[in-house]
Amino acid sequence: MSERTAILPPVRPEFVRKTLDASNVGEIVRPLSAWERLTNITAVRRIFILVLLAALWQAYTVPLDNPLIFPTFSDVMAALWKETINGELPARILTSIKVLLMGYAAGVGLAAVLTTFAVSTRIGTDFLSTLTAMFNPLPAIALLPLALLWFGLGNPSLVFVLIHSVLWAVSLNTHSGFLSVSETLRMAGNNYGLTGIRYVMKILVPAAFPSILTGLKIGWAFAWRTLIAAELVFGVSSGSGGLGWFIFENRNELEVANVFAGLITVIIIGLVVESVVFRTIEAHTIRKWGMQR
Amino acid sequence: MTPLLEVDGVTLQYKTKQHLVTATYRVGFEVHRGDRFILLGPSGCGKSTLLKGVAGFLKPVEGSIRLNGKAIERPGPDRMMVFQEFDQLLPWKTVKQNVMFPMLTSGKFGRREAEQRALAFIAKVGLGKFADIFPHMLSGGMKQRVAIARAMAMEPDILLMDEPFAALDALTRRKMQEELLQLWEEIRFTVLFVTHSIEEAVIVGNRILVLSPHPGQVKAELNSRGEAGGGDGLVALQSRIHDMLFAERIEKALAD
Repeated sequence: MSERTAILPPVRPEFVRKTLDASNVGEIVRPLSAWERLTNITAVRRIFILVLLAALWQAYTVPLDNPLIFPTFSDVMAALWKETINGELPARILTSIKVLLMGYAAGVGLAAVLTTFAVSTRIGTDFLSTLTAMFNPLPAIALLPLALLWFGLGNPSLVFVLIHSVLWAVSLNTHSGFLSVSETLRMAGNNYGLTGIRYVMKILVPAAFPSILTGLKIGWAFAWRTLIAAELVFGVSSGSGGLGWFIFENRNELEVANVFAGLITVIIIGLVVESVVFRTIEAHTIRKWGMQR
Repeated sequence: MTPLLEVDGVTLQYKTKQHLVTATYRVGFEVHRGDRFILLGPSGCGKSTLLKGVAGFLKPVEGSIRLNGKAIERPGPDRMMVFQEFDQLLPWKTVKQNVMFPMLTSGKFGRREAEQRALAFIAKVGLGKFADIFPHMLSGGMKQRVAIARAMAMEPDILLMDEPFAALDALTRRKMQEELLQLWEEIRFTVLFVTHSIEEAVIVGNRILVLSPHPGQVKAELNSRGEAGGGDGLVALQSRIHDMLFAERIEKALAD
């Protein structure tokens, strides 16, 4: 014990130094190895995962040798290539995307009206929260029989179910985004004399943009799913059906490789929209503003 | 000379879920042009609430607040506010755009003039190099400088500052106080400044309103000679205010 009490830090001499002139120090860089640079690219890592999955698929299906149940990856790619070249698949994609964009735009527009109403009045808030609580859990596809009854076979029915699938997801996220805008920003906006729709557009919308973007992404995924499912149910409308109908048709003709090709197209379009369209929007907005890393 | 801002017997109350809070009780004071008027008091004396009343975010339940003889009805760009929080800058706008934003939305200045003024004031607060940078890349002190530039560029009748330096570290805080005084020497704006720091009040202000807590009432209104007075005067004034606020606490402790 006596030893412990005796421990004292040593007395060290003081010193004062002149600092170096560091005002024109340039960038100090640590070079990365080629491997580090390569694995730092997100795209490279993702492509690696995709290649791995494709290899597993091929390795499983070649010994299985049953093109009716599970065609090989190379067969599916060949089918995809053939259908793209003969113009069948691009035409189907175009049909689907056209309907999808119509429904998506209408849904987002309605969501904008509904949430503006909800932030400006108390009854609007109640209206929105009641409606989203009621309709958000309701699968859009469950409304399809009703839509067919009301609008008949054709695009209006599809647009109707698409609006339903987009509207609630986007409204819910936008509204919760508006509610979480910091009190300081709100007061700053009011301080400049902003009120009403200008206040919503200039303060609330940009401040809530991370949530709004999440809503738009979820809405997009819901819409895409709903559309393919709806096309599978009632198929062709005006001459050429969409992607869902393509899948359905080829299943009936037992062209299983084409069914897979259709599914892969659905996946690819989803990936492209997510990683190109939404990622670009993110990079130019919330990431630039430091709202998201 | 008629005062710029007249606060007359103002009682401010706000409701929380459970009960009604009386923040200030019959507070009155006058702010003249060119004043660096300080609202000083311990936490819970309603000084920030009082500032919100002047800004127009809160209506007094009793008494009146008049700016240039006109009663204050709602928030407006003639009373620019600098908040304590760093997130008062719009993250989706660059420093320059942030400073220009109120000038443009209020329609007080045209685009060209707003831009010139913005650049001039950004240079005044020493951020000339950072005009095109987004706020998330700035330090806390720099953000507050931008907020001050934004408020001053508007040429408001009165500048409202709600503990603008409270969230800064001590060294930056000291520097910002000096810079604010330098700016005042240059532009001679009128500022209503809320703080809980006696030292800050004595350094920044020329006139100090001391408030007592729960609910806030006027305890004293004192003159400070500011930095120019220097030395003993400041220290003496500080200890005088300290005793004033401390005596309150002792009395209260005895009463309890």
